[in-house]
Amino acid sequence: MRDITLGQFVAGNSIVHKLDPRTKITIMLLYIVMTFLVKRIYFFAIPLAFLIMGLLLSRISLKYIGRSLKPIRFLLVFMFLLNLIFTGGETVLLDLGFWKLTLEAILQSFFMTIRIVLLVAGASMLTLTTSPIALTDGIEKLLTPLKVFHFPAHELAMMMTIALRFIPTLMDESEKIRNAQMARGADFESGNIFRRVKSMIPILIPLFVSSFRKADELATAMESRCYHGGEGRTRMHQLRFTKADLFALLISLAFIAVLIVLLVLFK
Amino acid sequence: MSIVINHLTFAYTEGGKRLAPTLKDLTFTIEEGEFLGIIGHTGSGKSTFVQHLNGLLPSEKDTVLVDGHDLSEKAERRRARELVGMVFQYPEYQLFAESVAEDIAFGPKNMKLEEPEIDRRVRHAMELVGLDYERFSKRSPFELSGGERRRTAIAGVLSMEPKYLVLDEPMAGLDPKGRGNILALLEQIRRESGCTVIMISHSMDDIARHATKVLVLEKGEIAMLDTPQNVFSHADKLESLGLSVPNVTKICTEMNKRGISIPTTICTEAALLDWFKGVKHHA
Repeated sequence: MRDITLGQFVAGNSIVHKLDPRTKITIMLLYIVMTFLVKRIYFFAIPLAFLIMGLLLSRISLKYIGRSLKPIRFLLVFMFLLNLIFTGGETVLLDLGFWKLTLEAILQSFFMTIRIVLLVAGASMLTLTTSPIALTDGIEKLLTPLKVFHFPAHELAMMMTIALRFIPTLMDESEKIRNAQMARGADFESGNIFRRVKSMIPILIPLFVSSFRKADELATAMESRCYHGGEGRTRMHQLRFTKADLFALLISLAFIAVLIVLLVLFK
Repeated sequence: MSIVINHLTFAYTEGGKRLAPTLKDLTFTIEEGEFLGIIGHTGSGKSTFVQHLNGLLPSEKDTVLVDGHDLSEKAERRRARELVGMVFQYPEYQLFAESVAEDIAFGPKNMKLEEPEIDRRVRHAMELVGLDYERFSKRSPFELSGGERRRTAIAGVLSMEPKYLVLDEPMAGLDPKGRGNILALLEQIRRESGCTVIMISHSMDDIARHATKVLVLEKGEIAMLDTPQNVFSHADKLESLGLSVPNVTKICTEMNKRGISIPTTICTEAALLDWFKGVKHHA
């Protein structure tokens, strides 16, 4: 239970780490657009090159990318098989009567798998190089223009920050409650799925009760320090858009431009 | 029968890496009927140690034996959890059932006891902690006061009728009356069922008054293991470990400094009074 890494941030001092979180979120969105623009498998070379560039610049070890892909390995295998089985095509490689293996199906399977791997790897690049706090700051700033439509940008970011802050606390708490119930003879490991779900009740109820209590206490603590929402609130760490940010954005746009040109040329 | 700790060493792991050991080569025996007080600085391994007594933390073969049950084996651990009741810090946070009686019945139900026996144990446990069955059994644990919730949680452990009762700072956050209630309860259980009590506490006075033996932990090692009288007579050593001595011991030390010779093994009000009476008798 302790090994779950949601905020998988790896502290570092690289150019990528130092970029403004707003820049990184924007680049991330551009990168997603890039992977979705790709219509043929060999064009994945462009987002892949972009990813490798980011990886080299951030000096993030490949090990961490692998770790972020690990939880979705079954999904990847499943997707691959599904595409292999249900994609039709003309170039039959193997005919089993009830089912034909086609070249198109193989290509399609690889195509979908590569797309997901690239998406997840790219997304984890963002969370690996940006601390959760910086990330929510960036999201808040990016959403601020929406305040015109009464969108609660600051409140949303504050809720995200608090939620992230409390994940380790709640993990700790659930571990303690689990131990206490185990000491009273609770069994969480045997029985069928229904029994196991039912056996979680003695953990979940105290956990909810304690998070409500904590939320209440936190609200009081925040109010007693004069918190009254985002209005007029200043920041300790100001986000600064530097030359490096501009440069990074231009490079990303250049990659997208190249990809679009290639797509048009090889239609 | 007893709990035998035999060369117990334990280290937590974090991200697959073994951290520096929290417990280092502990060897001693907790005899039946004892009241063992455990004291130590924050991070000395007290809570980690007691979690080994019912197998919540893994131990190696033959390092923890509860009445001969080796806790390195899973089946034996289940058995040990019925023998060793454990009251954690702030136990009221583990309450979950719809009514007080149901919550207290959780342990006995897990022990697969018969319905009448469960009912008897729930009533008995509530009586022990001083919660009136008629008044409280049907109420939700979440509408009780802090002290009542704490007592409900302790009753939830007592209803398993453990032979060994482990308590990790059971009085934390309670008012003086609540503290007194819990300590009186422990004495009563000891008298009635001969239950062995193992208690972690930061109150040197409580330990001096109730413990028959004191274990002082320092960085996962046994710094002292002796009667409260002998342990608390080493005020300098305890202070160097970031601990202190009972108020009565402080008084005795001051008296010695001012030329009144009084044994430093006196650590409770009762012992001090007895000494005074003895002096009066002589004079």
